[in-house]
Amino acid sequence: MLYKFVKRSEITQRKSIEIRTVAILLALLVSALFILILDLNPLEVYLAMIKGAFGSSYRIKQTIINTIPLVITSLGIAIAFKMKFWNIGAEGQIMMGAFAASFFALRFPELPPFLLLPLMMVAGIIGGGLWAVIPAFFKAQWETNETIVTLMMNYIALKWVTYLQYGPWRDQKALGFPKIPNFSENAILPNVFGVHIGWIFALVLIVLTYIFMNHSKLGFEIAVLGESDNTARYAGINIKKTIVIALLISGGLSGLTGVIQASAVSNTLNVEISGGIGYTAIITTWLGSLSAPLILLVSILFAALIQGGSFIQTAFGIPEAAALILEGMILFFVLGSEFFVKYKLVKNVVYQPVAGKEEV
Amino acid sequence: MELVTSFLAAAIVAGTPLLFATLGEIITERAGNLNLGVEGMMLMGAVIGFQMGLVTGSPIMALLAAMLAGALGASIFAVLTISLRANQVVSGLALTIFGTGFSGFVGKELVGQVAPDSIKMFFKPFSLPGLGNIPFLGKVFFNQDLFVYLGYLTAVILGIYLYKTRKGLNLRAVGENPGAADAASININLYKYVHVLLGGALCGLGGAYLSLVYVPAWQENITAGRGWIAVALVIFATWNPYKALFGSYLFGGLDIIGFRIQGTDIQVSQYFIDMLPYLVTIIVLVMVSLRKSKRNAPPRGLGVPYFREER
Repeated sequence: MLYKFVKRSEITQRKSIEIRTVAILLALLVSALFILILDLNPLEVYLAMIKGAFGSSYRIKQTIINTIPLVITSLGIAIAFKMKFWNIGAEGQIMMGAFAASFFALRFPELPPFLLLPLMMVAGIIGGGLWAVIPAFFKAQWETNETIVTLMMNYIALKWVTYLQYGPWRDQKALGFPKIPNFSENAILPNVFGVHIGWIFALVLIVLTYIFMNHSKLGFEIAVLGESDNTARYAGINIKKTIVIALLISGGLSGLTGVIQASAVSNTLNVEISGGIGYTAIITTWLGSLSAPLILLVSILFAALIQGGSFIQTAFGIPEAAALILEGMILFFVLGSEFFVKYKLVKNVVYQPVAGKEEV
Repeated sequence: MELVTSFLAAAIVAGTPLLFATLGEIITERAGNLNLGVEGMMLMGAVIGFQMGLVTGSPIMALLAAMLAGALGASIFAVLTISLRANQVVSGLALTIFGTGFSGFVGKELVGQVAPDSIKMFFKPFSLPGLGNIPFLGKVFFNQDLFVYLGYLTAVILGIYLYKTRKGLNLRAVGENPGAADAASININLYKYVHVLLGGALCGLGGAYLSLVYVPAWQENITAGRGWIAVALVIFATWNPYKALFGSYLFGGLDIIGFRIQGTDIQVSQYFIDMLPYLVTIIVLVMVSLRKSKRNAPPRGLGVPYFREER
């Protein structure tokens, strides 16, 4: 062969961002073909999406409200992914967090907000955390495949909330409409500068997660465990304990997302409370290379994509699923581009021994 | 007795989409590639097969289109994970997200449409001559539609292929130890591509069974997590096509038990019964991981990209 791929010895931050940007542009280009099939002008559609996401102060607020759950959930997923624990159960963890918080919101509606809101948040974090600890325990104890268990638990959580909504928690006053009663004023998170307080939580959590992952003992242990079980064991890390605690935090963050969505966004619990955030957050986590600051950036992009997607649905009659296709495309291209971040194409002249074999 | 046979026969029907998807994932994983995009590929096959069936009215064309759609989805995964060595877990998830979007997009206009009569007639249950008259077993296994028989056949063919042919042996070698297989001059990438695509085609067929025969109409997210159950069934079946038959029909039974119980005096909320397949999947996975043995272990090269230059 005239050419061959060799591993890049090192890559500048700039080069790797360049490659990813090209990948996202290519994804937009290929998705444009789908839009062309619908007999629409892709450029017009993309411009409308941007307008739909940032075109007015109301829309910007909506985009921010969409960004908040993505950021917090992604931070949680990042902690699990760092450990190569494939937690794809955020959807269910969000739902169980929302369920635990709703229990207190509905049970003690008269409690003053400064008591009720923290109570709901703690309950939600524990609810989401415990839901993640179950698969973590199985993984730690018997190496049970966590991908499938976390996913199955999404469905169980969904059925559980459906049961509550159609059964014991159903609002008797809603005239046959299957819904859970709205929360009292006391159980609703306040607004700060026109957007609910969740944005402050998100920003604080980005900083905390960054410190946790990069400057704490547990964060370091999680990273080591993600690299290799054996290294972790050799370094004297208690693997089982680390997995369980990391997932308690991971699920806890998703649970907090559930509290925010139930309290500030829908003012009640319902089956659409998560609405696919748990799945979208997997993408944003990965695209953000598991790094807290990058996750913020990617989450804004995806929130805009979702917001713009629902705008073009009404403006052009494009099915909402188009946004999912676009998300999938971006992910495909960025995944593919990683290869060009890691390897480069060189002319195959003479064999050169590579100094120092690196792991993949 | 009548109740039992009719329940078992229905369990096989409900298990057939799971069977195709499980078999597809088995040969994919045997090639060392963990494709978590089963749900996405099933949805792509389901929607394209249904669309083709509506347009042409031909069951054969519909099935071919479904296989092609599934293979197309798998080809994205194949390029990413085999040639570009991307992370298999995330690539599979991306494929599921893409497939869900794709089926929602294409299926937007199809919601509520019913499969054409020509296809319904083609997949009408019939008694296999000779076998259909065996007491009990005949009623359960051999008074089914053509698609179900195709499922039996596919499982057996794959079993023979894996365990009794040279190519099957090569395939297992590729999944177990690609380095050694490469040294034995087996074309690793060719084997991986062929089997990942074939696996995708089978997943597409599983989806098409749902939209064309089982429901038989188009509804959004028609698979409802069956693709994920299939991924778990692969572990349950310990990568063995014959055991996949048993596992799929068992889960088919769990899938329909809710409807059956509603007619009886047993008082259980339908939502709890709906949880059963997912709950049992978890229990099964935990039990499989409890009794670990060499025989039941996954292919050793599963999930690890192969790069000759780095051997």
